[in-house]
Amino acid sequence: MSQSISKLHQILSTGEFAVTSECGPPRGANKNVILKKAELLKGKVHAVNVTDNQTAIVRMSSISACIHLLNTGLEPVMQMVVRDRNRIALQSDILGAYSHGIRNILCLSGDHQTFGSQPDALNVFDIDSMNLIRTVKDMRDEGKDMSGFALDDPPRMFIGAAANPFADPFDYRVIRLGKKINAGADFIQTQCIYNIDRFKAWMHMAQEEGLTEKVYILGGVTPLKSAAMAKYMKNKVAGMDVPDALIQRMSSVPKEKASEEGINICIETIQQLREIKGVHGVHIMAIEWEEKVAEIVRGAGLIK
Amino acid sequence: MIVGEQKPIPEIMKTIEPYKKLLILGCGTCVKTCFAGGEDEVATLASALRLACKQQDKEIQIQEVTVERQCENEFIKEAANAVKENEAVLSLACGAGVQAIVRLFPKSPVLPGINTTFIGIQESHGVFIEECQGCGNCGLATFGGICPVTRCSKKLLNGPCGGSKDGKCEVSKDIDCAWQLIIDRLKTLGQLDNLKKYIPPKNWRTSISGGPRKLIREDHII
Repeated sequence: MSQSISKLHQILSTGEFAVTSECGPPRGANKNVILKKAELLKGKVHAVNVTDNQTAIVRMSSISACIHLLNTGLEPVMQMVVRDRNRIALQSDILGAYSHGIRNILCLSGDHQTFGSQPDALNVFDIDSMNLIRTVKDMRDEGKDMSGFALDDPPRMFIGAAANPFADPFDYRVIRLGKKINAGADFIQTQCIYNIDRFKAWMHMAQEEGLTEKVYILGGVTPLKSAAMAKYMKNKVAGMDVPDALIQRMSSVPKEKASEEGINICIETIQQLREIKGVHGVHIMAIEWEEKVAEIVRGAGLIK
Repeated sequence: MIVGEQKPIPEIMKTIEPYKKLLILGCGTCVKTCFAGGEDEVATLASALRLACKQQDKEIQIQEVTVERQCENEFIKEAANAVKENEAVLSLACGAGVQAIVRLFPKSPVLPGINTTFIGIQESHGVFIEECQGCGNCGLATFGGICPVTRCSKKLLNGPCGGSKDGKCEVSKDIDCAWQLIIDRLKTLGQLDNLKKYIPPKNWRTSISGGPRKLIREDHII
C-alpha cells in the first residue's frame, strides 16, 4: 500500500497521532441527527466511526449514515458487523460503500441480538470478523470476491479491526491480535481503556511479538459522565474493565462535577496513551456526548 | 441424544380439542432419557389430560402406547392398530418421530406433544446441554473436541469475541464461553498452536442452509 487509501491511512502512515471518534446513527430516518453530530466533530477528529446497529438495536444503516458524513466533508469509518448479513450481503455492501466513496472499514462480530430491542431475531454469523477482514483484504489486494471472481473496480479499503485487551482469556488476546493482522487488519481500535496497567501489559506482549510494527493501534477511550455510569460499565457492559479506584474517583466528586471529572480522566488517559510505544492514535467514543469531543481533543492537545 | 421438552398442557389441550379418542404415543429412546416422552411421561400426561378434560366437561378416551423408537418403521408398526383405533395421535417423540408417524399413517392427524430442542447430553442429573448442530462438516479435531459452531453464541471459528469474561459468555452467565473451554483444553493437549491458524469461512452447504438434507448409502440400498 504505497499510496494512501484514505485520509486516516495518510495520517497514520506519516506518523501523526490519529484521532477518531464515533457517531451512532439515529433510531429513525432523520438525517439531521447525523448532520448535527457531524457539525460537532468537524475539524476536531481525523475520521469518524459509524456504528452498525450497535447493541443490536435497529438504527439507520451504517452505510447510509457514512454517506451523510461524507457529504459534510467528514471521513467515515464504516463499521460492519457479521451478525445480520451473510457473506453475499456483506460483500455487496462493501462494493456499494466503496462506490459512494467510503474508504475505511472496521470489521466486527457485533453485539449478540439478545442484548437489543428485538431479541427474537435470527442471527447470521455466516462468517466471523476474522473472515470479514480477510475478505476485504482479498477484494483490495487480489481484486477478487470470495468466490474468486475478478471484480470490476475492486474496492480498496483501509481495514480496521477491534481488539479487547480486557476480555478473557488474557494470554490469548495477543494471539488473536496477531491473527487479525495476518488476516489483513491495517489498524486496530481497542475497547475503552480504563485499566491502563492491563492495557500496557497487553501492549507489551504485542510489542514482544513484533505486532506493533505491523499495525496501527488506536487506544479506545470513553469519557465517564457519572459514578453510576462507571459502575454500569463495570458490571453490565460485556468485556469492560473499570478499576474500583476509578469508580471511587468518580464518586468522590460532587454529582454536578462528575462529568467534568470524567472528562479529566479521559484526557489523562489519552496523555498516558501517547507515552506508550506502539500506540498510534486514540479513538474517542463519547457515546451520545459528541459535544464533548472537541473539549477532550483540546484538553489533550491533540488537534490544534 | 435428541433432547426435547413437553409442551404446556394448555397448548396441548388446544390441539387435541377436536378429538374424542386420542392415542398418546411415547418413544423409548432419546426423549425417554431426557424425561420428555418415555413410558412414564406418557402415563403422567394421560392422567393430566384426562383431569383437564374432566374439568372442562370434555369427553375423551385416551390410549397410552410407547414404542422403542418412533423414528423407525419397524417399531412404529407395533402401534399400527392403536393408531387406527383412535381419531388422532399425540406423539411425544422428537420432530423426526412425529413425521415418521405422519409418513406411515397418512390419514391420521398427528400432533406434537413435545418441543424438540437440540442434540445434546445430560450434563448433570436433570440438566441438558446442547453439543451439536448437525452442521454436516465436523471440525471438532481442530477445536480440541469442543464445538464453537454450537457452543459459541456467535459461531466464531477464529477465537473468542471481546465478550468473554471469567469463562462465561457475554450472552448469559449461565453459558460457558466455548472459546475459554477450547483454549483450556488445547493448552492441556499441548495444541495451542491450532489457534494461530486462520480458519477460513465455513462451508454451510452441508448444514440446513444447503436445503433439507438427504443421506444416501448406496451400500445399504436393497
